[in-house]
Amino acid sequence: MRRKRQKPKEIEAKRENFSRRDFLKGAGVAVSSGLLVTEAPAAPGPPRPEAVAGPERVAITLKVNGRPHKVNLEPRVTLLDALRDYLDITGAKKVCDRGVCGACTVILDGKPVYACNVLAIQAEGHEIVTVEGLSHGGQLHPVMAAFIEHDAQQCGFCTPGFVVACKAFLDKHPNPTMDEVEAGLGGNLCRCGTYAGMRPAVLAAAKSMKGGNANA
Amino acid sequence: MPKCKYDWPEAGDRKLIGQRISRVDGPEKTSGKAKYTYDVNLPGMLYAKILGSPYAHAKITTLDTSAAESLPGVKAVRKIQDVGAEIQWAGDEIVAVAAESEDIARDALEKIKIEFDPLPFFVNEEDLSRAGDHAKAAGTEKSGDPERAFSDPDAVISEGYYGIATITHCCLEAHGSVAEWTAPDTLKTYFSTQNVSGIPGEVGEALRQAGVDVKNNNIETICQYIGGGFGSKFSADRWGVENARLAKLANKPVKLLLERDIDLIVAGARPSSYAKVKVAAKKDGTIVAWQSESWGTGGPAGTTMPPLPYVLTGIPNKITRHTSVATNTGPARAWRAPNHPQAAVLTMCALEDLAAKLNMDPLEFFNKNADLAGERGKVYREELQKAAELIEWQKNWHPRGHQTPGVMKRGLGISMHTWGGRGHNSNCEVNIHTDGSVELNLGSQDLGTGTRTVIKIVAAETLGLPLEAIKLNLGDTKYPQSGASGGSTTVGGVSASTRRGCVDALDQLFAAVSPSLGVPADQLIARDGKIQAKEDASKSLTWKQACAKLGVKSIQVTGKNPGPCTLGSSGVGGVQMADVSVDTETGIVKINKMVCAQDCGLIIDLKTAESQCYGALIMGITYALFEQKIMDDVTGRMLNPDMEFYKLAGIGDVGELVVHMMTGPGYDERGTIGLGEPPVISPGAAISNAVANAIGVRVPTLPITPEKVLSALEKGEIS
Repeated sequence: MRRKRQKPKEIEAKRENFSRRDFLKGAGVAVSSGLLVTEAPAAPGPPRPEAVAGPERVAITLKVNGRPHKVNLEPRVTLLDALRDYLDITGAKKVCDRGVCGACTVILDGKPVYACNVLAIQAEGHEIVTVEGLSHGGQLHPVMAAFIEHDAQQCGFCTPGFVVACKAFLDKHPNPTMDEVEAGLGGNLCRCGTYAGMRPAVLAAAKSMKGGNANA
Repeated sequence: MPKCKYDWPEAGDRKLIGQRISRVDGPEKTSGKAKYTYDVNLPGMLYAKILGSPYAHAKITTLDTSAAESLPGVKAVRKIQDVGAEIQWAGDEIVAVAAESEDIARDALEKIKIEFDPLPFFVNEEDLSRAGDHAKAAGTEKSGDPERAFSDPDAVISEGYYGIATITHCCLEAHGSVAEWTAPDTLKTYFSTQNVSGIPGEVGEALRQAGVDVKNNNIETICQYIGGGFGSKFSADRWGVENARLAKLANKPVKLLLERDIDLIVAGARPSSYAKVKVAAKKDGTIVAWQSESWGTGGPAGTTMPPLPYVLTGIPNKITRHTSVATNTGPARAWRAPNHPQAAVLTMCALEDLAAKLNMDPLEFFNKNADLAGERGKVYREELQKAAELIEWQKNWHPRGHQTPGVMKRGLGISMHTWGGRGHNSNCEVNIHTDGSVELNLGSQDLGTGTRTVIKIVAAETLGLPLEAIKLNLGDTKYPQSGASGGSTTVGGVSASTRRGCVDALDQLFAAVSPSLGVPADQLIARDGKIQAKEDASKSLTWKQACAKLGVKSIQVTGKNPGPCTLGSSGVGGVQMADVSVDTETGIVKINKMVCAQDCGLIIDLKTAESQCYGALIMGITYALFEQKIMDDVTGRMLNPDMEFYKLAGIGDVGELVVHMMTGPGYDERGTIGLGEPPVISPGAAISNAVANAIGVRVPTLPITPEKVLSALEKGEIS
């Protein structure tokens, strides 16, 4: 992909009429056309109040594992840092901090997301489920039980992310093939090398979740 | 020979040892309850970040931290290196900042004004001719008469170039600590470490040198869970000491875990190794001569030579020369089986090329030469046979040059390895309380290898109790010292200290209950939760009843390793085979299957032992195909210090994996031997050999990227 070089003055002129929101809207088209800046449409109308937050701290409420948590944080704080640094909910791990390894996977309104790629303020008003929300009163989730039985863990640092990703995957694919398992969990990485145990563990968990386990 | 009192139970008497038992900390880890160092949050805790050097080699000319210090929310700033200091690698720590949030700490780093006088640097050593003064001769060794052996007209000679790039550890939990001064002279540190018992001494010494008055005894180190170490987390490191100083300065607890990029750049490096190798065999395949000129780097300190020739050390005529290359890159750290994966690549690839030149099946070739490995020749032959069976060698192997028709080429490869793995020094305090509870205390750590599980199995087996009856405390310096977990030394150390401690504790319990049972203490045994007469099961007490006979005084004894009776030994073999398919249009290598046949003496827990091997195969596939710390000649920086471009294998990249543990007579009587290192040594060589078998030409260096495959194919066609 080749981009046209622009003189600084031209860029400056374009910037004045440029909003981040519209950039995101137009990005798909703009990137493929190779004219990222020049083709982004100008921002229409007056600024919308919801588009501006911070830079000072804002008060938000995060609903984590069914419980509301009030927290004051800067808008730039990620959901991952909010959980770990502000709420002491540390099951989601910080590893790559840029949406590659999956160690911070949480479930947002039923979908698995990388918590390091979501701002805390974006998660307000949504249902957040972390690994801590999957076991109740000492009763392990079937995915956890299967991970233990098949030893799909060593140091365990990637494990909560895998457990959450696996739960979300099995909710969508209750009868997965091994190829689907490998694609479905391809967004998480393990360094110790626990995939050998994980493959049968996911299939075993699928079976036991269908078996009507109360926690499934 | 009379049985020594601490000896492992005979095969028929083992209830738990050697079974497949799930790791005991599985529920904590899977549920997210396990607290790693990174997860420790203390009231009022600050977050620290480090400014690293952007230059690979430079002098600091100005350094002004005042703007960072005055930023609201910043509580402590420490200059780790100041004006005049000479930086030797990009990423080297210069300033540490502690602030109320991670974001403020990051803002503060941006406010630091620093200037450098850049100096010449050297970061890429593969082309030795460019190394100049950075290369230093590091020894020649010679035995036999290699010149004569190579000039023998009957000798078949193979020459080649082989290598393996520097990789980084990439522990998922970054390096670092949480430090809290609980009193002016008392430090509590949570460390992501493989060496709990060793941290206070190192931190204490460094702090005292910096003028901070603290005794080692007043430093507590805690590590309940560690997110990967692989050899890179023995030391407290400069950032660990600096964190304690930040905490002192701010008078608040501070958390300092390295950012991912810094961690990849400075906190992990396995030395590279390259070599021109010449090998000779008789026409019948007997290896007669070895010659290698090797070089590599481990950062500013260069490298030592890998053990060459590897495994088959009995080759009668040998000459090795090594050149150590110093580079301006982050210093090397021990990486699982230091220097052995490199030695395996340099040796096993050269030998498979020789087998190909001899038109010999490498399975037959390695079998024929197995006795060059010395006393373990028999083990290798057994493992070669087992691995060949599991990968269906006879059916799937084809001679090099007889490629599969079509674009996808399939091939098989072999490698062999060895490691020591003798148990380290360990103390296990065994407490049997009057209420029947059993509590073990060790200043050891569980890296995820299954150390907790192994200790509980040994204790439960010895005391005749179920696993759940054992309470185990480790990962804290308030418990008796136990060795660092490195070099596959942990299982041998902790299993022996636990066994000896439990046997001694049981002796005391037998003495206490002997009068009431009317049976001499030496005629009592512990079995199925009871203390009973060896010859008369009707004379028995439940465990709880027996412990009640202790009166008011619990039993407390400390078992040690080393100690009486031989519970472990040193030295293992191991054979691996790889089955790969190579796409000759894209250059992509796909792992179809890998097989691992591994001995490690007496296995305590078969399940976690197998997991070590599966994990090692996967780590091996990763370094064989994907991993390289890519250094930029222009800037001197690492180009891929993130997990998008420093690639780890995913669940879909690893193919079918088969592990076979060698157990039973001939293996069990060797006692416990460590397993962390051996199985990670061979995958690179086995995969490289399989690729060579598949496409008919050697891809000389690891990682075997698509680009290198295509380039090797192109060169192969030209020649």
